[in-house]
Parts: sequence; C-alpha cells; structure tokens
Amino acid sequence: MLKFIKHHLDTIDGVEIFPVLSFLIFFSVFLFALIYVVKADKSHMDEMSNLPLDNKN
Amino acid sequence: MQLEKFSYDNKIVRNFLFATALWGLVGFLVGLICAIEMFWPQLTNGISFLSFGRLRPLHTNAVIFAFVGNAIFAGVYHSLQRLVKARMYSDVLSKIHFWGWQLIIVAAAITLPLGYSTGKEYAELEWPIDISIALVWVIFGWNMMGTILKRRVKHLYVAIWFYIASWATVAVLHIVNSIELPVSFLKSYSMYAGVQDALVQWWYGHNAVAFFLTTPFLGLMYYYVPKAAGRPVFSYRLSIIHFWALIFIYIWAGPHHLLYTALPDWAQSLGTVFSIMLIAPSWGGMLNGLLTLRGAWDKVRDDVVLKFMVVAITAYGMVTFEGPMLSLKSLNAMTHYTDWIVGHVHLGALGWNGCMIFAMLYFIIPRIFQTKLHSQKMANWHFWLATASIIFYAIPMYWAGIVQNQMWREFNADGTLTNQNFLDTVTQLIPMYATRAIGGSIFIVGVLLMFYNLYKTVKSGKLLANEEAEAYPLAKANVKHEKEHWHRWIEKRPIQMLLLSIVVILIGGAIEMIPTFLVKSNIPSITSVQPYTPLELEGRDLYIREGCYNCHSQMIRPFRWETERYGDYSKAGEFVYDHPFQWGSKRTGPDLAREGVKTGRLYKPNDWHFNHLLVPDSVSDGSIMPRYPWLLNKLDSKTLEGKITAMRKMGVPYPEGYESKASGDMRLQAKEVAKPLYDNIDGLMISDETYDKIAAGEMKLEETEMVAVIAYLQRLGTDIYPKATKK
Repeated sequence: MLKFIKHHLDTIDGVEIFPVLSFLIFFSVFLFALIYVVKADKSHMDEMSNLPLDNKN
Repeated sequence: MQLEKFSYDNKIVRNFLFATALWGLVGFLVGLICAIEMFWPQLTNGISFLSFGRLRPLHTNAVIFAFVGNAIFAGVYHSLQRLVKARMYSDVLSKIHFWGWQLIIVAAAITLPLGYSTGKEYAELEWPIDISIALVWVIFGWNMMGTILKRRVKHLYVAIWFYIASWATVAVLHIVNSIELPVSFLKSYSMYAGVQDALVQWWYGHNAVAFFLTTPFLGLMYYYVPKAAGRPVFSYRLSIIHFWALIFIYIWAGPHHLLYTALPDWAQSLGTVFSIMLIAPSWGGMLNGLLTLRGAWDKVRDDVVLKFMVVAITAYGMVTFEGPMLSLKSLNAMTHYTDWIVGHVHLGALGWNGCMIFAMLYFIIPRIFQTKLHSQKMANWHFWLATASIIFYAIPMYWAGIVQNQMWREFNADGTLTNQNFLDTVTQLIPMYATRAIGGSIFIVGVLLMFYNLYKTVKSGKLLANEEAEAYPLAKANVKHEKEHWHRWIEKRPIQMLLLSIVVILIGGAIEMIPTFLVKSNIPSITSVQPYTPLELEGRDLYIREGCYNCHSQMIRPFRWETERYGDYSKAGEFVYDHPFQWGSKRTGPDLAREGVKTGRLYKPNDWHFNHLLVPDSVSDGSIMPRYPWLLNKLDSKTLEGKITAMRKMGVPYPEGYESKASGDMRLQAKEVAKPLYDNIDGLMISDETYDKIAAGEMKLEETEMVAVIAYLQRLGTDIYPKATKK
C-alpha cells in the first residue's frame, strides 16, 4: 500500500537534482547579496538609510 | 536644475486608513461570532448565512484582504510618495483602486455568507470576484510602478523593494491558484484536482501569509519604525540581506502545510528544509526592526506608536520562530489539525499585523489631519488591552492544541483508543474556547477605544488633502559610478527589480510545482477509484457551500492513532477526481476521509446522518456542530449538466453524453438513499409540520439537499474497498 504515497517521482529522470539545484540557486543569490553588502561603501548605506527621515511628515 | 513644486495626495491615504479601520472592526466582530459559536453552537441557530462554516471564510477573508489589505495600500500610498518625492502617478488610478477594492470586499461579504465558495481556504471567492481582484491588483501595480518611474529620488529605499516584490508575487499566486472552470455565474471548479490542488493551494496559502501579511508589512516596518523613532534603520546592509533571503526562501516553504499527507515525500522535505532556513532572514529582519530603537528606548515609554511597533515586531519574532518549529515533522504531527495553529495565526494577525496597523493609524492620522492625537491615555489603554487580549487568545489555543494532541493519540493497555469518541476531546475544549472569546472581546474593546480616539482626532483637525512638497528632478542621464556594483545598479531600476523579484519567486514555485504536475501521469492510479455519481457531486458542492472543510479534514495521516480511529490512511490516487481537494486543515470535528466505509469504525447509517445534520446533539451528545435545517430545502440541480460537462473537460472520465442521463441517475440514487429515511420516518428529528408534509406527499425526502449530502458522505473513502461497500 505504501507505494501509493511514495515513489511518485521515481519516473521523472534525475529528480534528485532538484533539491541540489534549489540549494545552489539559493546559496549563490545569498552569497552575492552578502558580498555586495560587505563591500558596499558606507556613505551610500548612510544615504539610503536616511531616506525615510528626509521629510517632515 | 530647478526645484520642482508638487503635492502629496493625502486624501487617498485617509480613505484607505478609514477603510482598514472599518473593515477591521467588521472582521473582528465576525471572528467573535465564530469564536462564540464554538462553545455556543446554537447562537445563530437555523440562520444559514450565519453558520460557522460560512462565517469563518468571511472572517479570514475580511481580516486578510480587507483589514490588512487596505492597511497595506494606505501605508504604501503614504510612504511611497514621500520616499520617491512624487505624487501618486494618477489620482484616477488611485480612486479606481480604492473603490474597486472596497467593491470586492462588499461582494465577498455578500457571497461568502450566502455559500458561494470555491472551497479553497483564503481563496474562497468565486471566479467573477477573482477576476476583479486581478484587475484591481493590476491597477495598484500600474499606479505604484508609475509613481516609482516618475520619482525624484534616484535610489529605491528597501521598503519599496518589499512593496514591489509583494505586488509581483501576490499577482502570480492569485492567478495561478485561481485557475478555475466556471459552471455558472457564481460556481466554478478548481482546474487542479487532489494532490496537485493541495500543493497549489498551500503554495498559495503559505505565500499569501508571506507576501500579503509579511513582506508588505516589513516594508512598512522599514519606513515607519525609523520614522517614528526619528533615527535610521539599525543596519541597511542587513536589510538588503533580509530582503533577498526572505523572498527567496519564503516561496518554497508551502508544503509544510501538507506534512504526512499524501503529498510526495520529496516535496514535504523541501518544505521543511526551507521553513527552517526561514528563521535566519525572519529574525534578521526582526532584530533590525527592534535594534533601530537602540538608544531610543526611552521614547518607547512615552510614544504609543512605538509601543505598538515593539509588540508587533516581537510578535513577528515569535511567530517566525514558531512557524519553522511547526514545520519539523515531529512537531507538526502533534500540532497539525489542532487549535495550536489557530493560536499561531492569531499571534501573527493580532500581534504583528494588528499592532503594526494600529501604530500606523495613530502615526499617520494626526499628521495628515494637522493635529495631535485626541488622547494619549486612551491610546495607551488600547495598547494594553490589545497586548493582554493576545495573551488571552493565544494561551487557551495552545493549551487546547496540547490537549487535543494528547487525547487523540492516547491508547489503552489493550491497544484500543482511550478516547474513541471524538467528542471526548471536544467537550474538554469548551473552557478554552470560551476564554479565547474573552480574549477576542478585549481586543475589540481596544479597537472601539481607538475608533473614538481617532474620531475625536479627525474632528479636531482638518485634512491636508494636498500636502505641498518640493524636490529637484531626477537627472535624465544616470551618472555611472566607477566600478558600480550590480546591486547599486538594481537599486535605481524599478522595472528590473520587479522582473528580478518575479524570477526569484518563480524559481521556487516552478521547481516545487513542475515535478508535482508531472506526477499527474505518474500517480499510481487506483482502478477502483471512480468519478462521483451526479448525486454525490451535488452533495459535494453542498459540502463546499456549507464550508464543512473548515472543521473536518479528509486526510488520514499514516499514524496508528489516526488509522485506528479513522481507518486506512489516505492515498494520493484516491483524490484524482476531487476538484477542488477538501483535505482541510483543522479538526474541530473528526476526519471524514473514510466516513462512508461500511466496515469502518465511523460508519453511520443514512438516518443517523439525517438526524445528525438536523440536530447534531440529538445523536452526538455534546456536539458543537451547527444545525442545518435548511438542508431540507429542495435540491437545485439546474446546473448539473454543466457540472458534468465541466468535470469531463478537466479530465474526469464521465462517458460522452452522460450529462443528459445524469439527472435520471441522480433521481434513482436519491430514492435509494431516501429509502432508509422513510423506513425510519418516526425516528427522524423533523417537526410535526414537516412530518405532515411528507405524509401528504407535499414534500419528498429524495428531492432534498439532505439526501445529496448523505450520498456524498456515504461515498467518502469507499473507493478502495469496492467489494466491501458496493452491492
């Protein structure tokens, strides 16, 4: 009976690649963002973070 | 360059703020009625449009799309204009957006209590309303992107990224999940069936939480917390990581709503892994919000706006820790289908969304009305009432969840279930349900105080409909920085940001869903699984109309304490003709997946079902199910032919031309179902008047809706036991 809820995806070729692919895509975007953030210059960061305070209301 | 003069549109902000407050109150009151019905089921006895199954979708839709929705629009229209130093792109689009959205809400408030429902949680609205939502959403996006494109500030502040990503993702979610085949003006069937429908629905349901209740509010947090605290966000760098990590991970986590169901294990594990990863960006964002107040905590003591924000962000932190924990399979096995989840979502809705919205209302209204808040003291009272009420709400629900889990899985030494009768558990929960309603009432008292306070504030001031502002125009040619980084490049390109956000969320959605769609041809088909008979199909539509799925699941998980109680666990192949799936997410009542199996423990004869639907506590002592006297109305099967044709179009194997025979088959089966009812006519819980009508032949039981519902219930779960149940 277990076969009814398991092994659905067995017939899809190379299905094991999906979790690996997901992780790689996520990790690379995360890495890109991290590298940017570390390298970003301080004055730009300050300028950006002050945008909401740039008006009285 | 010449300084340009322009004005901010405050009127549209005011309209959305008033709408959020008004619909919020409506949503809370409907919620309170639902809460009271849980321990006093006869509160709205016999009034079909006030029964729990119909009001609960109204409550959830009102809170999510009317209360929170209007707040998002108010916050976006207020903060966006100021962040990009430009008036909204078009006043006409703003107006169409506002009135269009309110019309949709009114349409929902009318159709849901009348029982027009697609039967998919948080997406119950029928197809004409779905199309209207898509159109109004496009108007909103058009207006927002138009404003951003004519901005006078080069770089887009992080709040705007959240707005853009939220808009794009909600559009994708809504369209994909709402693909349905209309049968009539207010009736349609989901194009997906069974496992696929479940996956799409929870991909939508989960991400509606993510991209409607969370990311827009994070955008609002990144604007209003610094604004109210008078200092910039703790770390702008962290906010960039927060944004990309969050939108990237969130979209994958939907399957955690389907752990231990018939969904493929692969998809379940993916949902769990991404849910755990979600803790990182969620807490990064929460800390970024709270730490913005570093060195300003003294202000929190005096400023009610900041108080509400602190509670909101703290609630966000708690919910986003709890969520991943509930996605662990072991903890999920204990909490799924219980009231714990109800506590969890209300911590989010009342704490995170509610308190953030109250903060916004108290912050914006005095400013655009050029006055001071009428009473700080009253607002403080509101703050304490709201905070205390959340505790009064959540703790009884957590407690109830633990009680349910403990009692459902308790075995005697001889291997039988200790609480074989589902009601053993239900009756234990009544005090918790009552306490929860008290919590909800306290929350509403706070909201009423807010209404009075804001009313007085508005009366004492005057709306500054067009707020004068000035700024330099944006230079046409972008001066390129030396060695410009890609991210800085994207920060000033809204369209590219929009497209990149869509790509990012589509990767998650596609990788998760495409394999599961391919499953369609790969589901081990169970040859004995047959399409519903016409009468069962009609009964199923009544099951959806009454919102039975709000309290009953149809998905037996592979645990001994479930199979012992309900019967063999559910298999993916059993749901291939279920448009839409009705697995449910909460067990206020027992699971119904094997309700019709004659050899099963749950099996009840037709006359039992008849009495149970009319007067539940007459056959189930202590039952809190509503009574359904209106099921004695005549079944309206005018659209039966259309239903059969629609089902065939979607791949349900009704023979060609069957639609013309369907109604004859339906009448035959109805007679068969009604026969045991006539045989026991003296035992039926009907009034003397009805009895006389039946005796005089003025009323025929086989023509009632009741018979269709019973036929459907008696079909549930029987397909895999063809010999045991078919004559």
